[in-house]
Amino acid sequence: MALNRKIAYIDLSTGKIEVRPIPLEVRKKFLGGRGLDAYLLYNHTEKGCDPLGPDNTLMVSGGILSATLASASARFHMMAKSPLGGLLGSANGGGFFAPELAWAGFHHLVIKGKASEPVYLWIHNGHIEIRDATHIWGKTVPDTQWAIREELGDEDIKSLVIGPAGENLVRFANVMTGIKNSGGRTGMGAVMGSKNLKAIAARGTMDIKIAHPKEALDFNKRFIEQITTAKVNQTQGTLGTPFIWGATNSWGGIRTRNFQYNQMLYCDEIEPEAIDDNCAETIGPYHMAGCFGCQVHCRAQYKIPSGPYAGRYDEGPEYTSQGAFCGEPDVASLEHLLAGNHLVDQWGLDNLETGSLISWAMELYELGILTDKETDGLDLRFGNGDAMLEMIRRICFREGWLGNVLADGGIIASEKIGKNSFDYLIQVKGVSNLHSDERATPALALNIATASRGSDHLRSRPAIDLYHLPEEVLRKIYSSPVPYDGPLSSEHTEYIGKPWQVFWQENCYMGVDCLGICKYHTTFLGATLPNFEDWSKVLYYNTGLELSPRDIWDVAVRANMVERLFNLREGLTREDLKKGDMLNHRYFDEPTRRGAPDVVGTVIDREKFKKMIDEFYEYKGLDQNGVPKPETLKRLGLDKEPSHLL
Amino acid sequence: MEPMGKVLQIDFEKCTGCRLCELVCSVFHDGVSNAARSRIKVIKWESEGVYIPMACQQCQDAPCMIICPTNAIYRDEELNRVMVNQDKCIGCRSCVAVCPFGAMNFNVIDRKVFKCDFCDGDPQCVRFCDVKAVEYVEADRVSISKTRTAAEKITTAQKQALALESELP
Repeated sequence: MALNRKIAYIDLSTGKIEVRPIPLEVRKKFLGGRGLDAYLLYNHTEKGCDPLGPDNTLMVSGGILSATLASASARFHMMAKSPLGGLLGSANGGGFFAPELAWAGFHHLVIKGKASEPVYLWIHNGHIEIRDATHIWGKTVPDTQWAIREELGDEDIKSLVIGPAGENLVRFANVMTGIKNSGGRTGMGAVMGSKNLKAIAARGTMDIKIAHPKEALDFNKRFIEQITTAKVNQTQGTLGTPFIWGATNSWGGIRTRNFQYNQMLYCDEIEPEAIDDNCAETIGPYHMAGCFGCQVHCRAQYKIPSGPYAGRYDEGPEYTSQGAFCGEPDVASLEHLLAGNHLVDQWGLDNLETGSLISWAMELYELGILTDKETDGLDLRFGNGDAMLEMIRRICFREGWLGNVLADGGIIASEKIGKNSFDYLIQVKGVSNLHSDERATPALALNIATASRGSDHLRSRPAIDLYHLPEEVLRKIYSSPVPYDGPLSSEHTEYIGKPWQVFWQENCYMGVDCLGICKYHTTFLGATLPNFEDWSKVLYYNTGLELSPRDIWDVAVRANMVERLFNLREGLTREDLKKGDMLNHRYFDEPTRRGAPDVVGTVIDREKFKKMIDEFYEYKGLDQNGVPKPETLKRLGLDKEPSHLL
Repeated sequence: MEPMGKVLQIDFEKCTGCRLCELVCSVFHDGVSNAARSRIKVIKWESEGVYIPMACQQCQDAPCMIICPTNAIYRDEELNRVMVNQDKCIGCRSCVAVCPFGAMNFNVIDRKVFKCDFCDGDPQCVRFCDVKAVEYVEADRVSISKTRTAAEKITTAQKQALALESELP
């Protein structure tokens, strides 16, 4: 059964591997996936360790519901100290790796040390082997996976791998599986590269006993109906995430020219319908692919129609790629979007961070802070798509002065570039913002400012805040499983009630990340999708574990607090621009220039933002410096951390 | 009694490759999640994005049935399926070797052969496939969707030909 999946401790320096069960008491406190990873990180890393040194500990996991009937129980999770911001590193991805890891007998891996030569892990039905990887070092993301299958003679092997970017220690290199599924953020690929760990290959045929098979099947059927009847998922299953682009851009929520505008002009060419029309060789009537067990199938399949990569197959491009390779650098070109997306998929780079940093460099170049000397003659003005593609290559292979500097991420790059370059860097905790512009949406601004892994839209974003839902609908969602009778506002430009929404979403997303379910199956883009009530049932039918909706909420609050404790130990302070819950000054000082009437001309109000943070801290049980109060830690059972239960 | 000549109709163009069919198959039959126990398997060409679900065709002249040395394999006419009598099966795997579709499987955990049995008339792969890449239809209706597609092509061609003719001087 799911509860007997093991944890393995792997020391790459000594080659020692130890396998242990996961005690039930730990399951009840942290479930699995990201929640348990956070506990392991706090317990297995020393304060101030070098993120790219052997002492950094890398966690790899599937959720507690991996491979079970929980609709899209496909997510893997990785955690370590981040080489990008120096705080919490955390990345989550779909595909087929996590179920295979569970069938191979494991839910959690704790990887320490550094191998003397390139290696990969081979995990097969309860056994783990460290194997030589010198012959696959240097290979692209897909080629690495195919080479491992060929070497081990099994085409069903699923691998988590790094590409050249991770090998070259690019601080925002990602970890990938399949064609495009990525644990994208905070440089987990660089951590693997620093350990000489090229891949983790899994294959398993071990039974996972389902506690109540008939009920689990019936409930999954109902789950799927709830998920596929949501309009948002139907659209997503036809067009992929780029369906969000048109609406967001029209009201003025797309960061353009780094942060100069909040809307991209003349960009019909990169709309999903245009992508479909132009990529004639799409496959089948759906031309969409799904991750394990998922009926949303949001991965668009395409072949690049023209240009230097014509004929190549890839998946995406996601909404994030549209922003990173079109909006932010102001490149309204389908060919460059598809090529950029393809390059990061081949080489293993976080598309979001890559495009954001290049766009930042473009603004610095136009301001004269960067010159032809630093760019080695590359004309890095906004709109130059070819220069953007060339910069992706230089970053991945650390070529040229600027390529090498940007590969170290925004904070280190800003110190090397000097002058006032940092003022233009759109980041929180050293991690670049998504291409969304949050100046007109206080809830979203609060979300990115306080997200545990640095600026991020998948940690606590109340995306449904943009739908102007009636207050009673909001209240129904946000007052369960814990009561809330404070204010709520349907207005996305308001500050009222938003801290509670962000707090609620933070726990909702931690919930799915512990279970190993995708966020498209919960209250993220759709207001009618499952959350705590349904998870309680699905957890019981599949694993036999009886946790109430409130119990799962408590797990999420606890796990979020452990992430907070880790960040505080590594130097988080409330208003620090590099390590705090703080936004770039431009959010407060530069009004938006485009968009809908209630959006144009807005900034985030500094005082109101401060009050939102105060209120948010209150809900979390933190003092006004963002440090947990002693009674909060006691209530969550965290007053004796690190407790080394595992 | 209504005729029960149903078969699995697989439309590989619709398959998104999610493998939910494999999961529900193993849970329904064995109460466990384990793709290795699934009677249906999605074969993939990942670098081209092609996914093809493969399962037993319940052949009329089933090679597995012919080769079986102990007559453990028989035809259940009521549900139009080929079944394995586990009491007679000696586990020689001859049936696995001759199946042209690779749809007869050998389970290394229980050391037994196993195959699709239509879940006794309610195939779970069909029940859960939201995109309808797998459907459970009367055998004589399988060809009708292809007939219609072909007919559509002919009418389209005729319309185009007429349009061309009308443009002639």
